Amino acid sequence: MVTHIQKPGVIYRHTLPIRIMHWVNVICFFVLLMSGLNIFNAHPALNLGKSSYNGRPPVFELTAEATNSGELKGITNILGHKFDTSGLLGTTYTASGKAVARGFPYWMTLPSAQWLAMARHWHFFFAWLFVVNGCCYLLYSFMTRHIQRDMVPAKRDWASIGQSIKDHIRFKHAKDEEAKRYNVLQRLAYLTVIFILLPLIILMGWAMSPFLNSLLPGWVDIVGGRQSARTIHFIVAWLLVAFVFIHVFEVMITGLWNNIRSMITGYYSIDEHKEGN
Amino acid sequence: MHMPNRRKFFNRLVAGTGMALLTGCDKLSNSKWFTEVLSSGESLSKHAHHLIANRKSMAQEFSEKDLSPDFRSNGTALPNNAEYQVMANNAFEDWKLTVGGLVVHAQAFTMADLQALPSRTQITRHDCVEGWSAIGKWTGVPLHEVLSHVKPLKRARYVMFYCADPMAADGTKLYYESIDLDDAYHPQTMLAYQLNDKTLPIKNGAPIRLRVERQLGYKQAKYIMRIELVDTFDHIAGGKGGYWEDSGYEWYAGI
Repeated sequence: MVTHIQKPGVIYRHTLPIRIMHWVNVICFFVLLMSGLNIFNAHPALNLGKSSYNGRPPVFELTAEATNSGELKGITNILGHKFDTSGLLGTTYTASGKAVARGFPYWMTLPSAQWLAMARHWHFFFAWLFVVNGCCYLLYSFMTRHIQRDMVPAKRDWASIGQSIKDHIRFKHAKDEEAKRYNVLQRLAYLTVIFILLPLIILMGWAMSPFLNSLLPGWVDIVGGRQSARTIHFIVAWLLVAFVFIHVFEVMITGLWNNIRSMITGYYSIDEHKEGN
Repeated sequence: MHMPNRRKFFNRLVAGTGMALLTGCDKLSNSKWFTEVLSSGESLSKHAHHLIANRKSMAQEFSEKDLSPDFRSNGTALPNNAEYQVMANNAFEDWKLTVGGLVVHAQAFTMADLQALPSRTQITRHDCVEGWSAIGKWTGVPLHEVLSHVKPLKRARYVMFYCADPMAADGTKLYYESIDLDDAYHPQTMLAYQLNDKTLPIKNGAPIRLRVERQLGYKQAKYIMRIELVDTFDHIAGGKGGYWEDSGYEWYAGI
């Protein structure tokens, strides 16, 4: 977040490398999420422990059960609690209206058809792109002090945490001078994603690789074993989805076009808040 | 623009863009050039793995309490192959494993021959490409013991495993797999003839199945009939080194 003043009320907010890396990240996020859901569909159940067959039932499962009439019913099983999620999870309706067994629906997966081999190609290629992009981001952001200056909360940020929570709940956003800097909840959210969730999801991905398990035999047991790692990988993916939802929501309520423009051209208008966008 | 209109427009824009992107990605998945770009990730992963871990790094071994109560059978549970079923009915007394190709002494091993060689027992985790894992106790002859008898030629680069299970409904497309010599000489790579202290069941690959730990389940070929050392597998079946590889799965299954 560089704040060269161009003309009154307009600041240069995002540098070119940050903008490029942001949009590369957007592409990677969607490809990884959707190809990941296609991979999940090949075995739509999550277990805890070292193996899937250890005498304990899955903690999460999408299944299809036949009803008395012969129709298939989509069932989401969370910790033994079953929910009918026909048409969305467990079953999908084909064009002719017939229910077929399928974990996540076609519009959430990449490729849209159930195609494990192709989903893996997408997932692993974009995983590389994502990791390389992330490393570039970290290097750049530490060197330009973007992390230290804009994300690590300063004393005054910690002091404003109560007010910031209240403001967020009331969808009240910063204006003028305060709009130039990230607020404390925003800082903490970015730090959590960058330094906890993303490293964790990558590590849990590695934990599923049989070859990488041999790097240091037993390291996967730190999280309870390979199947626990798979479950954590899945949960963190949805935490990231939650982050993206909140992120996009905040982008929309704090001036959609102004925010999008700042991530494309770099320029962000402080005045625009006054126009009640 | 009124707010509801703007919102409707925005929603349609998002949904429309989403569908267009999804269709576009499906087109890409079916194009040769893009699939090749995506597949470049495989060799990147393989090289990165071999850079950070020793080629002789050991797969994790587990204890008896970790054993899966029933070792899941996936794919073929009983080969649809008359010749195989005759052998199975006779407890594989007539089964012989021929090991040939680029070797000094091609040989045929009976089960008794294999069992007379030094054996190894290991409790390892089987990771299916679909995502599930099962833990089993395998006893068998390390592949390097067999190779030391046949003596591969210097030109040999891969070990091919030809199996008895047809993958097509009409009884054709026999399963096959291949590994490189690094994996072939790995201490945990074995031809297993026992699972959980009992004779290997048919559903798990009797009379022998390959264990190549550190790779996914589809590499662990079942119902092995013949082994061949080759310098290339370009001319064999689909040319990708294995049944599933021929349908687009990675030859390097360490991930």
